[in-house]
Amino acid sequence: MLPLADKYLRKRTLPLIFCPGCGDGTVLNVFLRAVDDLGIFKDLSLVGGIGCSGWLPTYLQSDVLHVLHGRAIPFACGLKLTDPRRKVVVFTGDGDCVGIGGNHFIHAARRNIDLTVIMINNGIYGMTGGQVAPTTPLQGRTQTSPYGNLEPPFDVCELARSAGATYVARWTAAHPVQLLKTIKEGMEHPGFSFIEVMAQCPTQAGRYIEGTSNAAELLNLLKKRSVSLEQAKETPPEEMGGKYVVGKLHHLTGKREFTQAIYDNFPQEKSR
Amino acid sequence: MGRGKSDFRMRNKWEERNSVETLVIHGNEACARGAIAAGCRFFAGYPITPASEVTEIMSRLLPRYRGVFLQMEDEIASICAILGAAWGGAKTCTATSGPGFTLMQEGIGWAAETDTPVVVINVMRGGPATGQPTSSSQQDVMQAKYGSHGDYEVIVLVPSSAQEAFDLTVKAFNLAEVYRNPVIVLTDEIVGHTREKVRIPDKVEIVERKKPASLPADYVPFRSAAEGLLDGMPAFNQGYGILVDGQLHDEFGGRAGHIPEISAAMVERICRKITDHADDLVDVEEWMLEDAEVAFVTFGSPARPALRAAKDARAQGIRAGFLKLRVLWPLPEKIIDRVGRQARRIIVPEMNMGKISREVERVVAGRAEVVSLPKLGGEVHTPAEILKSMINAH
Repeated sequence: MLPLADKYLRKRTLPLIFCPGCGDGTVLNVFLRAVDDLGIFKDLSLVGGIGCSGWLPTYLQSDVLHVLHGRAIPFACGLKLTDPRRKVVVFTGDGDCVGIGGNHFIHAARRNIDLTVIMINNGIYGMTGGQVAPTTPLQGRTQTSPYGNLEPPFDVCELARSAGATYVARWTAAHPVQLLKTIKEGMEHPGFSFIEVMAQCPTQAGRYIEGTSNAAELLNLLKKRSVSLEQAKETPPEEMGGKYVVGKLHHLTGKREFTQAIYDNFPQEKSR
Repeated sequence: MGRGKSDFRMRNKWEERNSVETLVIHGNEACARGAIAAGCRFFAGYPITPASEVTEIMSRLLPRYRGVFLQMEDEIASICAILGAAWGGAKTCTATSGPGFTLMQEGIGWAAETDTPVVVINVMRGGPATGQPTSSSQQDVMQAKYGSHGDYEVIVLVPSSAQEAFDLTVKAFNLAEVYRNPVIVLTDEIVGHTREKVRIPDKVEIVERKKPASLPADYVPFRSAAEGLLDGMPAFNQGYGILVDGQLHDEFGGRAGHIPEISAAMVERICRKITDHADDLVDVEEWMLEDAEVAFVTFGSPARPALRAAKDARAQGIRAGFLKLRVLWPLPEKIIDRVGRQARRIIVPEMNMGKISREVERVVAGRAEVVSLPKLGGEVHTPAEILKSMINAH
């Protein structure tokens, strides 16, 4: 077993339930490195939503809530607000975060509560068998869009930013080095941090939308569709179709963090 | 204890002697003060008639105790925030009514499935749907017990006055800790909005959260111990590395929904944790049942006109008795059975289509005649109505 896995994983829950070639394993790997680099393991409080990505925190030997579909963020708010010293990290998927859980997502961003939300975006409801998601590309064929998806997908980073998130970044499972730096930065940022990880799903999205279940091919597609911030400035909008900007998209310091605001607002002495 | 506007009021001699303060407050305020007295330090809620006052008063009082008040984006977020806060180490509750209670059901199921102590106050209004926001009902008595999907058990307390709203909210917090379970305080619009005298003691009996008896290395979070209850409950970040999963799990919290034996045992454990203690949970008030020919079995607001009717009946020479359930679920079956063996007739006045009368009928099993006295529309029965039903049936 790899040293980091040996150090941090909950052996009893292994092996991972993820399919071969899934991007979730990469995120788990990178997250362990980030936790190790920052030395914050004992401060971690993890929350997983429902879906493939929601299982990710259950493999760590830290305190973990594996909750209801769409509700990871309000559970995380309860954890954070009962002890501001906690490093609360939410693992969620695109359906969990902005399908069923969209309302909680925008309100947590609006409050700028100090959570790190890592949303793994595979563009499909994977665990339930491959149904269309609010992030499925236009025309994407899935089990519930057999004639092609007619709904435009969310740009979740734009949504987070406009709702009030103060740290917003996007990478893909093909960018582990950049993702590591970003996760560390996100966890150290005192405010609502949103990190989107575009990830391959060989079993569902690959098979139905991309026409291949080959993880290597899918990783290449992720790379090919990634446009850096610099490149994006020079790319006309009509050429951005099907592509996404990667990098640190938004980083605002100085905006009041919600937990701190609540604790600062307590009366000095208990009034009787 | 914070007293709101009464902060500057002098206590009278009786109050001084008894370390009690007497306030004239409504049931919703009594619930809020009961929660704080019981140690609640985290509240998340969403405005809804007729429960909003609980949320408003918590927003005013909690910060004085360094407690966190949150108004969430909806009732789903409210229940989920308190569930997270419970594992964060706080005693916690939320308050809502009809439609909001419906939205909270999934979270109540999660709490039962994960042995999470939380208190949910439902100030019942008329339903279904948006129903009657400003009127009372007892239509949620079955939803309170069965509202979430799957097999699980909750404890449901039913106050019939502002004083009981205070007392039973304190009790709800204590039971939540003892049984590591969601506990529902099922009040109604009449109790919630009727201002009456409430005696608030300086100190109430409080059950603190039990710390784990074992060290982290030996701690098994979901292993049934003495009396079917669990070892203590650590908060997050105390070194226990606990996995709390809404999917059926083994004793260690690990995913086990795919293993029939473990899944079956887990569901049985969370149900029996409550049902095996049904006798310990009995909380009733009895009046003149010993020789009663006719008995009222009541709970919540209708208990009050029913007691009046029972007294009036006695004055007319009818041997009437009265039983009030303060804990509705688990149903005090042994007590109801005893009443059924004594009385010839049992009358069950309730502000719904007659839901609990059928439960009473099941328990009594033909040994006495059970008469349902339902009342819909938002008003409670008058004593005269109840008395009339009794005389007609007599």
